[in-house]
Parts: sequence; structure tokens; C-alpha cells
Amino acid sequence: MTEVAENLEPAREVIVRYNNVKKAFGINIVLNDLNLDVYKGEKVALIGPSGSGKTTIIRMLMTLEQPSSGTIEIDGEHLWHKEVNGQLKDADEKHLRKVRGKIGMVFQQYNLFPHMSIMRNCTEAPIHVLGLSKDEAKERALQMLQKVGLSDKVDMYPSQLSGGQQQRVAIARSLVMQPKVMLFDEVTAALDPELVGEVLEVIKDIASEGETTMMLITHEMDFARDVADRVLFLDNGLIAEHGTPYDVIENPQSDRLKSFLGRFNSAH
Amino acid sequence: MTWDWAFAFEIFPRILQGVGVTIGATFSAFAISLTLGLVLTLLRRLSFKPLSLTVAGIIEFIRVTPPLVQLFFVYFAFDMGPFLTGAIVLGVHYSTYVSEVYRSGINSVPKSQWEASRALNFSPVQTWRKVVLPQAIPPIIPMLGNYLIILFKETPLLMGIYVTEMMMIARSIGAETYRFLEPITIVGFIFLVLSYPCALFIRYLERRSGQIPGSAEKGVKA
Ligand SMILES: Nc1ncnc2c1ncn2[C@@H]1O[C@H](COP(=O)(O)OP(=O)(O)OP(=O)(O)O)[C@@H](O)[C@H]1O
Ligand SMILES: [Mg+2]
Repeated sequence: MTEVAENLEPAREVIVRYNNVKKAFGINIVLNDLNLDVYKGEKVALIGPSGSGKTTIIRMLMTLEQPSSGTIEIDGEHLWHKEVNGQLKDADEKHLRKVRGKIGMVFQQYNLFPHMSIMRNCTEAPIHVLGLSKDEAKERALQMLQKVGLSDKVDMYPSQLSGGQQQRVAIARSLVMQPKVMLFDEVTAALDPELVGEVLEVIKDIASEGETTMMLITHEMDFARDVADRVLFLDNGLIAEHGTPYDVIENPQSDRLKSFLGRFNSAH
Repeated sequence: MTWDWAFAFEIFPRILQGVGVTIGATFSAFAISLTLGLVLTLLRRLSFKPLSLTVAGIIEFIRVTPPLVQLFFVYFAFDMGPFLTGAIVLGVHYSTYVSEVYRSGINSVPKSQWEASRALNFSPVQTWRKVVLPQAIPPIIPMLGNYLIILFKETPLLMGIYVTEMMMIARSIGAETYRFLEPITIVGFIFLVLSYPCALFIRYLERRSGQIPGSAEKGVKA
């Protein structure tokens, strides 16, 4: 699958690299030999049927799931391994903490901390993980909450907000940490249809600012078309088709992808 | 044997003098069980199997032997004095139950909260302190309160090792005067007066704990 990389301009800088990554849960092989390069600033959309391994791909990058074999690199460093005298050893918690700071993730179910106010949700990690002062953290949090349109909700608790608002807080909470790579796992899938738009708008805004690399799993094809530089179609643990949104969404080649996309068109 | 009010009033102050020791022993033992219980819970969660299995074994052993036997054993094996022995033995004994309560509280925190903590790069210690325990403990406060009351009611056991709590005093009075009805009844009465309000308070906490954190003071959804 290295051709995924070769199709793009060679001059661009790789920020995430999956090398022969396999992942199995027990006897269930979910990903078989994944090779994928993601470039700095690139927005990559992952689409595909349920169970095809999309979530597993980004959870391995967030260090929530360990690959069964193969390596993942982030910003030139091994994620799950440590180089000791030229040999690869399993990474320890210290190494994981160092590299994990480059990655942020927004979850389908928001996963806000219910016992903390919106402000504390956004300041706890910058204070205790990044070592920012309280004032610096608050200022940065307020800036990001403004960006997602929720700066008036700082003193509320997650349970007092709508799903769409909670998800926007979760995006702000992740942005405050200034990750180099942001992961989005079907972040609108748990929302009432009328709330989907506000969250997608926020993501589009952040995407348009440019420098943050994004990997987005989505079932919103219009959104993928608008935001992504590249779309990957996952099927049975393989990247079955990939290319620009135009290539993949408008001009699907395989029958599998055609029938997958057909499900969305008929729904409109 | 008929009830003698004059005698009852005469001995009441003497028995009341034991209340301080009873309450002191209860809270000392409870403080030990809260602290040690948490340590046991955390040790049992370690992925290093030899240690977590050893801890599980010790917990099981403490639980299946009677506290009275443990009291005597520690009292005669270590020279710590009756009060300290009592507080430590009851504290350690109840820490095994309290540890179970912590465990249920920790298990009730969804996996997604751990994952969010990791995505924000919290250290394991920060995850416990900032995210998991603050959500695990409020719902178990009523259960912990119940153990406090049970522990309180167990303190008469301490007379076995000559701690001068209320029951010990009542028994001495009985031995001196050959009247047991009044002293024992008074002890029962004092226990009732002290534990009933606590039980009511715990029931109140139980009713409140159904509510979602954070929403308690702020009312309904915006
Ligand atoms: N923790 C786990 N334990 C066991 N099996 C798992 C686990 N996580 C995922 N799987 C399995 O891995 C496969 C791929 O799951 P994954 O969540 O990556 O798919 P997905 O493409 O994100 O699907 P969906 O669109 O439904 O979210 C599925 O067969 C799933 O059952
Ligand atoms: Mg998924």
C-alpha cells in the first residue's frame, strides 16, 4: 500500500507513518499490513463500512490500542517503540507521554469530564500536563471556546449543554493542547440531526486555518468532500481505494465503494 | 430483675464517659480503613500479578477470620496497648470491605473517561486524582457511611482486649453491683441515639446521589 504515499508530491513532509501495521483482537484480524503516510497539514478522511477498522487505525495513533506488529511514527519518532542502541524496544510510559502530546482526539461520545465546569475541562490538562500557569491556561481556553462559539458557557457543567455544544467543548479542550495531529472519530454520529451542522462548521473553520493535520472518520460525505485533501476507503482492514475527494466520492472504481456510497445517495 | 430508675441515673454519667473512647475508636478505625482500603484497591489493580494476587489473598484471609480472634492475636502478639490495637485491627478488618466499595465506585467510571484522560496526556497519577477518584467517590459515600455505622456498632468487641469503651464500663458496673439490666440498656440507648441520626443522614445522601454531578447546584439542562 506504499503507493498511497507515492501518488502525492514527494517534497511534502510526512508527519504520521504507519509501517506494516497489523492489529488483531484475539483471532479477529482487524488490520492486515497497513501502510499509510499522512503529510503535515493534510486533512485525511477515512470512510468505510462498519467494522472495517477505521476507529482502530486512529486509536492506535492515540495510544489507546497497541498494534500487534509493525511500527507507527509521529513527527519522525517512533510511537510505540523506543530506539535503544539502534534497536527497537517497546516504549515505556515515559516515552509514550512524550510523543502522545503531539496528538489530540475528539470522541464520538464527547467524553467531557462531568464533574468539571466547561472552563476546568479545558484548563486542567494545559495546567497539569503542559505546565501553563492558571491565567495562561484560562486565556488559551477562552480563546478556543470563543472559536467554537461557547465562551459564554465557561461556568456551566457538561450535563447542562446540548450534545452539539458538548462536542464543541470537546473540540476546544483538544485544541487548547495544540496537538500537531487531531483525530476525529465520527464526532457527529451521536448528535441529533439538527445539531450536526454546528459541529461540522467548527471543524471546517479549524481545518481552513491550515497547519493542524487532521484524520477524520466520518459518514458525512458532503463534509468529507469539503474538508479532506484525501479520502481513504477502508474495507475489511485494507485501504481499498484512496485519492482526492473527487476521485473517491465522485468517481468510485470498485463495486464495493460504489455500493457503499450508494447507501448515502439513496438516503438523500 | 426489675428496672431501678435511681440506679440507672446514678450510673448513666459513668457509662457516658466511655462514649469518647467508643467514638474515638470508631473514627480512628474508620480513618485507617478508608486509607488502607484505597491502597488495597489500587494494589489489586496492578498489572504485576504476583503482587495483586498476594494482596487479594491477604484480603480474603482477613475477611474469613473473626475480628475478635484478630483482636486477641494482635493484642497478645504485639505490645501496642488496647486502644491502638483495637483501632488498627478493626481498621484493617474493615479496610477489606471498604476496598470492595472503592472497587465498585472505580468500576462505575466509564472506560471513556480513562481514554479522554489519555488523549489529554494526563499521567496515570493525574488520571486517578483529577478524573477517576472525583467521579468514583461521591456515589459510594452512602455505602461508606453504612460501614461507619456498622463499625461503630462493632466497637463493644473491644472490651475483649480491655478498651474502656461503654460496654466495658457497663460490664464492670455489672460485676460490681450484680445489676446488668440498667447498664446494658443504657449502652444500647446511647448507641441508638448516636447511630440513628447518622443512618437518617446517610439515607438523605443516598437520595441525593442519584443526581448527575455538577447539575445539583445549577438546576436543569440549558
Ligand atoms: N477492544 C476490542 N476488542 C475486540 N474487538 C474489537 C475491539 N475494538 C474493535 N474490535 C473489532 O475490530 C473490528 C474493527 O473495529 P473498528 O471499531 O475499528 O471499526 P470501524 O471501521 O470504526 O467501524 P464503525 O464504523 O462501526 O465504527 C470490528 O470487528 C470490531 O468488532
Ligand atoms: Mg468506528
